[in-house]
Amino acid sequence: MNDAKPITMIEALNRALHDAMADDPKILVLGEEVGDKEEGGITGVTKGLSTKFGTTRVKSTPISEQAIIGAAIGASLKGFRPVAEIMLMNFVTVAMDMIVNHAAKLRFMSGGQTHVPMVIRTMTGTGFGSGGQHCDYLESWFAHTAGLKVVAPSNPADGYGLLRSAIEDDDPVIFIENLPTYWTPGPAPVPGSRVPLGKAAIARQGSDLTIVAYSRSVLEALGAAQIVAEKGISVEVVDLRTISPWDRETVIASATKTGRVLLVHEAVRKHGIGAEIAADLNEVLFGKLKAPIRRLGAPFAPVPFSKPLEDAFAPNAARIADAIVSLMKD
Amino acid sequence: MTNFPKPDAATLMEIYRRAVLIKLNDERVIKEMMAGKLVTPYYSPRGQEIIPSALSVSLRDEDTICTIYRGTHDMLAKGFPLDLLWAELAGRATGSCKGKGGTMHLTHPESGCMVTTGVVGSSMPIANGLAWAAQIEGNGNIAIANFGDGAANIGAFHESLNMAGVWKLPVIFICQNNRYAEHTTLADSTAVERLSTRAAGYGMAGITVNGNDPDEMYGAALIAIERARAGEGPTLIEAMTYRFNGHLMGDAGGYMDKAEKAEAVANDPVPALRARLIAEGITSDTELTALESDIGLQISAAVEAAYAAPYPDLAELTRDVYATAA
Repeated sequence: MNDAKPITMIEALNRALHDAMADDPKILVLGEEVGDKEEGGITGVTKGLSTKFGTTRVKSTPISEQAIIGAAIGASLKGFRPVAEIMLMNFVTVAMDMIVNHAAKLRFMSGGQTHVPMVIRTMTGTGFGSGGQHCDYLESWFAHTAGLKVVAPSNPADGYGLLRSAIEDDDPVIFIENLPTYWTPGPAPVPGSRVPLGKAAIARQGSDLTIVAYSRSVLEALGAAQIVAEKGISVEVVDLRTISPWDRETVIASATKTGRVLLVHEAVRKHGIGAEIAADLNEVLFGKLKAPIRRLGAPFAPVPFSKPLEDAFAPNAARIADAIVSLMKD
Repeated sequence: MTNFPKPDAATLMEIYRRAVLIKLNDERVIKEMMAGKLVTPYYSPRGQEIIPSALSVSLRDEDTICTIYRGTHDMLAKGFPLDLLWAELAGRATGSCKGKGGTMHLTHPESGCMVTTGVVGSSMPIANGLAWAAQIEGNGNIAIANFGDGAANIGAFHESLNMAGVWKLPVIFICQNNRYAEHTTLADSTAVERLSTRAAGYGMAGITVNGNDPDEMYGAALIAIERARAGEGPTLIEAMTYRFNGHLMGDAGGYMDKAEKAEAVANDPVPALRARLIAEGITSDTELTALESDIGLQISAAVEAAYAAPYPDLAELTRDVYATAA
């Protein structure tokens, strides 16, 4: 048991980076404002790192996303384990050639002679009135790219354990952090603990319906499960934790148990992760479910600015609860 | 350039050996392609042989290079083994990359050949990372980024040179200016006459040299190498050269100025160096003919071994995607 006081995602990630760098001198951190002179970034996730480990291993960079990822790739080819920060997920677009054409493919294209054990940390999520270019969930692009792994924790303890595992993984990992829930406290991680990549968690047990979600959507799904519990509906929430590769075994077991599946993510619904999982489940569970698999995601539109529009954009607990009630009638 | 270090006789011989290896290898690739035995987009480095040859004689095995799709010359000069190269070009399981990389992704870390990219300009950001690794380890090793004049106009150039300048990375940016970005002339695509002048904007040394002149290329490279090893920062070398065979095989080069091309071919740098070696009494025609014949035999052996080797097992389709099979 871990009875330490609750901590935020920011603290959890900061502890993970501190512990990882202390354990392994090959771990490097780079990105815009990651050094202590710049206060460890706009939210302080990297606070204290450069003071403790020096500015050679903790490098603040120019605003140059291609060069950041290129430097991380090159260092990883020589045996280092860089953790590169791309401040906001939308900014990965500037570095897509480095990520998709190089980091993802060098192991394969070199016939296994080289590989890229790097982590790209990036944050995103609606709720701060950022409009269309600062809060997209773009995980599908990376999950659709062979060679990359994609991770998205929903709580501080998983944030710590997944980041430790991602850093130790021998493949490039896209590590997606939800910005609006950065300050939401949760149970503290056990120092040194790991959450294995590719392994989902049952965030809530239930018997009538399975929700599969990741990142902030897990918290919204848990809220929805609470709402419908009062109506006598028992919802099981599967927190994927790793989007690629996703934990088919756990999801299939839960879907088989409840007979109903609702996939929830903040990214636009069309061509999303939900579609991939639904198609896969259909191949395995066709005829064995009580209702068609349903998906809930954002509308096929850019993230809007105006508060009522933004509030209506991503699935929240109330809308997920409505979808649950509707799916129970199918 | 009068104060440049000059290559001694043995170094000049070694530059020639590497250059003629590249030339003969290129001619053999084209021959095999014409015979229908190799099927691949091939970007001939013919005409650019001296640049990597005069550079690499001053490099260590541990120094690393990143190059681009037109990169067999850079790789061979750095020591990429012929047998692994040919098996890779032929898509065989015995290739350096098990036949999974091909012409545009040649890789051989043992000789420092870390990345060949098919994307214009993408050698530069990664070379920075290789240089950063050497800087952290303090081993005095350096990294080389090869690219063409066209790549000097892509965003990666700006981001990479600026970062290298700020971090004082032990990296050398070798811009092989063959005067054409695909089919477009330098004048039509670039607002400055000398790409090396851009170095000033990144706080690094920059120089334009005749890349086809072994003395100039050797001297400029050696100064840059020593600067990088001493921790004094990066260098941009614009090495002027000429591309004999168009952008890629099959490109007849109708857009290229005929007189300019004729002049460049007449000044073919490899036979020019050959003639100089004899004229300066460094070696004899007989000795060079023997050297060339020996290289030709090595290439033939590599070609024959490649064709005799098996294609990759179909299980390779999903191997090496991740460290462990999904």
